[in-house]
Amino acid sequence: MRVIAHLLLAGPSNIDTGDTAWLLAASALVLLMAPGLAFFYGGMVRSKSVLNMMMMTFGALGVVLIVWTAVGYSLAFGDDIGLGLLGRPTQYAGLGQLLDPASNGTSTVPLLLFAMFQGLFCVITAALVSGAIADRARFGTWLVFVAVWSLVVYAPVAHWVFDISAGDHHGGWLANAVGIVDFAGGMPVEICSGASGLALALVLGRRLGFGRDPMRPHNLTLVMIGAGLLWFGWYGFNAGSALGANHKAAVVFATTTLAGAAGTLGWIALERWRDGKATSFGAASGMVAGLVAITPSGGSLSPLGAIAMGAVAGAVCAIAVGLKHRFGYDDSLDVVGVHLVGGLIGTIGIGILGTAAAPTGVDGLLYGGGVTQLGRQTLGALVVLGYAFGVSLLLGRFLDRTLGFRVAREHELGGLDLATHGEAAYDLHTVTAGRAGGHGILRPHHPEED
Amino acid sequence: MKLVTAVVKPHKWEEVKEALEALGIAGMTVSEVSGAGRQRGHTEVYRGAEYDVSLVPKVRIEVLVDDHDLDDVVRAVVAAARTGRIGDGKVWVTPVEMVVRVRTGERDEAAI
Repeated sequence: MRVIAHLLLAGPSNIDTGDTAWLLAASALVLLMAPGLAFFYGGMVRSKSVLNMMMMTFGALGVVLIVWTAVGYSLAFGDDIGLGLLGRPTQYAGLGQLLDPASNGTSTVPLLLFAMFQGLFCVITAALVSGAIADRARFGTWLVFVAVWSLVVYAPVAHWVFDISAGDHHGGWLANAVGIVDFAGGMPVEICSGASGLALALVLGRRLGFGRDPMRPHNLTLVMIGAGLLWFGWYGFNAGSALGANHKAAVVFATTTLAGAAGTLGWIALERWRDGKATSFGAASGMVAGLVAITPSGGSLSPLGAIAMGAVAGAVCAIAVGLKHRFGYDDSLDVVGVHLVGGLIGTIGIGILGTAAAPTGVDGLLYGGGVTQLGRQTLGALVVLGYAFGVSLLLGRFLDRTLGFRVAREHELGGLDLATHGEAAYDLHTVTAGRAGGHGILRPHHPEED
Repeated sequence: MKLVTAVVKPHKWEEVKEALEALGIAGMTVSEVSGAGRQRGHTEVYRGAEYDVSLVPKVRIEVLVDDHDLDDVVRAVVAAARTGRIGDGKVWVTPVEMVVRVRTGERDEAAI
């Protein structure tokens, strides 16, 4: 009787078990992108700082989800407080408001699940930024940066782009007033992380030896494993953004797959033509570049359009990663060259390659839609680029002046794993292992030692 | 001919290499090693437990030099490796009887 009474009180529920099952799985897939990214980035740095690189992602995972629960979700998806700029910060503070099934309203998936799904997007976006400052950032300052950045950069941009008005709920300005199309986060995720990464690369400066030493990836097999896990997790990211087990999710699953494949080929084809060899690092990077470009556009393209989008992103990003050497900024793991450039290609490309036959129903330039959507996409992309870059630059500078953002010179040279975490990633000594120092937290007996 | 062996702090080896290159010395052998000296008696903490470890990581640099370059080389290496704190390492010199360049068969000074 108590159960029946509860059901009567809660009113009719619109929760769909198929939609909910898919979003549960998709959320777990997005979480898998965090270790995927940690492997991807970890393999790219030198062996003395691989654990620090991975810890920047795992640290972001911890910090972001708590900040997101406290107030981030409300800022992004609360009722708009004016002009489509920000959600009401107290509306879902702590997320306890979503315990009551009645809070789901007309949604076919529980809103608490939606909040976690979106929080994991914020995690990945924050973690992506760390690639720009590999091998030289203070870990504690990074965690503070990520906490504040999630609230002042990611959450507002997610509100502008992802929060669509419905009924008496008013969302963000880019999605509703401007009418941009961004299926899974070309602006909040890819452009945001790339622009913020560029800002932090400028705040911290170049790694010691940048431009003189090649600073090659220490473990390309880790990079390949990471790229593969990212692609697998990306299905949760893109097809999961359909928020249902439906035709739209299937279309995005297909376009995501094809863009990843074409991106791989686009990058290694360009490498083969320019440098004479198709590299594994290029294949992993091209795969990611294709997936980055399809993130906003997955719901707007035909299968052939997705192949074109992926191939263009792969080839253009392969060229774009050389920009840092031309302009002298040390975006260590190419967050700008892959995520900013790939995000711009995907976001603006909707205005060119979009077809009304796809779920989002917008014709681009090549399908006779004129330049209207192209203009909207370009406006949105540039506004988000400028906002994320500007705020990240100010925040980074402030933290650098107050807490300090860069490690001491000798720690950078000796490696961050030992200096920051008191660990070494690999102990390959066979005979002296266990007796040799340098793999733990040092407690010198002599005060003059360092 | 002498063999100069320097064991230095890991974060100092690049400065030593640059100092040698500034003297026009391009040939050297560099290896990562573990060792103990006056810096002995470390405690390392791992998962909350303390361990005494006798060996600390160092970088060893070996250079073959002409006798008349010896003083300059030793001075440059010591200056580049010094931080003034315990654990800066050591430099020692040993006499060398013969050197042969593998490619040409040249010997001694001509092979350095």
